Amino acid sequence: MSDMSLASSPAAPDAEIEALTPGQILRQRMLNHTGFLIGAGLIGAIVLIAIFAPVLAPHDPFAQELSARMLPPAWAEGGRTEYLLGTDQNGRDYLSRLIYGTRVSITIGIGAATIGLLIGVTMGVLAGYFGGWVDHAISFLLTAQLALPGLLLAMALVFIIGPSIWVVIGIVGVLHWTYYLVVTRAATQRIRGLDFVAAASAAGATPRQIIWHEILPNLGSQIIVIFTFELGIAILAESALSFLGVGIQPPTPSWGLMIAEGKQAMFYRPWLVVLPGLCLFTLVIGANLMGDGLRDITAPEGRN
Amino acid sequence: MGKLLEIETLSVSLPLPRGTLQAVRGVSLGLERGQSLGIVGESGSGKSMTALALLRLLPRGAQVQAGRLAFDGQDLPALSETAFTRRIAGPGIGMIFQEPMTSLNPVYTIGRQMTEAAVMRGMLTPGAARKKAIDLLDRVGIHDPEARMGQFPHQMSGGQRQRVMIAMALMLDPALLIADEPTTALDVTVQAQILDLIDDLRREREMGLILISHDLAVVAQRTDRVAVMYGGELVEQGKAAQVLHAPAHAYTRTLLQAIPDLGTPPRGAASGPAGADTVIDARGITQVFTSRKGLFGPKRKVTALDDVSLQLRRGETLALIGESGSGKSTLARILLGLSQPTAGTVSMLGRPVADLSPTQRADFVQPVFQDPYSSLNPRRRLSEIIARPLALRGTGNRATRLDAVREAMDRVRLPARLIHAYPSQLSGGQRQRVAIARALVTRPEALICDEPTSALDVSVQAQILDLLEELRTEMGLTCLIITHDMGVVHQTADRVAVMYQGRIVEEGSASVVLTAPSNDYTARLLAAAPRFEEAHA
Repeated sequence: MSDMSLASSPAAPDAEIEALTPGQILRQRMLNHTGFLIGAGLIGAIVLIAIFAPVLAPHDPFAQELSARMLPPAWAEGGRTEYLLGTDQNGRDYLSRLIYGTRVSITIGIGAATIGLLIGVTMGVLAGYFGGWVDHAISFLLTAQLALPGLLLAMALVFIIGPSIWVVIGIVGVLHWTYYLVVTRAATQRIRGLDFVAAASAAGATPRQIIWHEILPNLGSQIIVIFTFELGIAILAESALSFLGVGIQPPTPSWGLMIAEGKQAMFYRPWLVVLPGLCLFTLVIGANLMGDGLRDITAPEGRN
Repeated sequence: MGKLLEIETLSVSLPLPRGTLQAVRGVSLGLERGQSLGIVGESGSGKSMTALALLRLLPRGAQVQAGRLAFDGQDLPALSETAFTRRIAGPGIGMIFQEPMTSLNPVYTIGRQMTEAAVMRGMLTPGAARKKAIDLLDRVGIHDPEARMGQFPHQMSGGQRQRVMIAMALMLDPALLIADEPTTALDVTVQAQILDLIDDLRREREMGLILISHDLAVVAQRTDRVAVMYGGELVEQGKAAQVLHAPAHAYTRTLLQAIPDLGTPPRGAASGPAGADTVIDARGITQVFTSRKGLFGPKRKVTALDDVSLQLRRGETLALIGESGSGKSTLARILLGLSQPTAGTVSMLGRPVADLSPTQRADFVQPVFQDPYSSLNPRRRLSEIIARPLALRGTGNRATRLDAVREAMDRVRLPARLIHAYPSQLSGGQRQRVAIARALVTRPEALICDEPTSALDVSVQAQILDLLEELRTEMGLTCLIITHDMGVVHQTADRVAVMYQGRIVEEGSASVVLTAPSNDYTARLLAAAPRFEEAHA
């Protein structure tokens, strides 16, 4: 056999391009993606508002001033600078209530999306890795879940158990795992056939070790993407439940509840509905932009 | 009469996360009518990019610059998109791609795909197109072409699909055919047939041909002129005989040296008889796969292995050869203990594998897989990947494992600075070294290599085979090498076993099997391997 070397040949073609680590590539793509930056900026700002609500809110969100009920925003006729976005039916400062409302939305969004993640990813990985009857059983559960009318079921469950923020988080989470399951199951099936899984198994790894060490790290990016989308979906679900009266109970400030309370006065006091609606819109579009962006960033080959 | 194809100072650059990659730099090529040109180079050398630039098929964002790019006297960059698709892509230049499994549309029939382009361009009526398609299918050696016209791609084998692709490219009577690695995805016996077919068709139709390949032996046999590319540059071009027998450039010489030599006697003849004790003993292995259509569908049985017995003796290298689908990889999985055979037993040093725990088995035999891109977890650093078998055993602590990783990396000649790199930062050859390091870190008795070099370039292949050989003598390893490449067999094997349709049809020492095969199929396999003895004269 020849003991050849390529030392005499021209410099390696890729030597001038420094190879980046996966983390560096990710960071670079993030900074170049406008949609992601806008979405992440919105979500980041809203999370900060939620954390620092007591500092930011000009008034106590529960304090009623019955002499100043349904004041319009400060710039409109009859508005007072004291109440920047006006007051509601009970004379509570609308801006403060909106600021405190971010806490409910963010808590429910993150909590419910996390519960869904735990359920969906566990089942998806099990179905994808083991296949066979495990896959059949889990796929049946998926079909059954997809056949249930989500909002109606959530309403019924909240009604039976009794409304509180934790019950809403639990129920919204338990009903939103299908997306995680579908994606992780398909991804696990694909990864399972790759040689590094066979190599791990030949090195004596048990299925549990393979799932934790080889498969889950490769699902990370997909799971984060779904998490962001589910965040938006869960926030909307909470608002819908609160609007229908089976979610957050008064006097806790929740955007969905604020829309419900403002709806009788909708035609002559439109800001009561428009303002919480706008907040909701901003938060959900932020979550979706971030999810879209993350999908492009983590799987650029799927982008058009 | 002017040249058929003129390329002057063609440059292609691709945008990358950091900076741009000059994929092709100042390449000038020419081709006369009816002539054939071979472009040879490693992956990443820019040979495919050159062809794709001609057909405007470059990836999004690629920048093309050329002094002159002319086909049949027409300036290509000047043509509008519509004029280009109507006159050049198809009727002017036809192209055959590497992967026959994905280059046909799975939802349309062969007939529709073949006739579509000609009918759409108004070159033929549907009836005439159909007749021509049938004639062409017949010409490229598809049996019963009438019936095939109504079939879908999944009903055909890889070789048949590649024939269909060739026939499809010929439907529009191109003056130039570009074949980009047309046989790399195919078995050796099929490869020879397809290359002969392309060559015959070229002579018959006086077509120009550009044959792109990483395999010098393939190109040497079938082209008039050869161009050698390296790192985006054309390092050498000239008459085939001249380039191959009197290479002017150092890189061409290393490429030539790296080709496994089929002319000299096989290695097995030189080395002494292997030790007598059997390391892995497989007896009467039968593997039947049962699949069902859906949950309640009828069962279908496929016999992948049929009563296979194989002994691996201490210190030897046994090559298992055969075509894809012959059951080689299934046997490898069983020998590794990754799957259980339907019948038969595997024993390691006299103990049945069923009695061994997964870690005991892993201490004994380790795999090296074909595709270095999928055999390493992309989310783990090299230090984690190589140390994983030790971590699974709970051997040592973090620091001693890191030492073991350093030692293993040193053994496979990987630079120590890569220890915290991710697999995506490495080249194919480096990745395969990592896979070998991982396999050896627990110091196993035996190594099972499933096509360890078929995804690599020739020069890298030679390095990896050298490394395996060194490690084998150094560590006293027993190796089973599964391959379809006769060059690899020639270079490494002491003994050879030939598999065909799930059975072992011939087994014996390398010198006997490779020079005087007793089985018909082995003889065919040997005859089909591309040869390149003259170059070494």
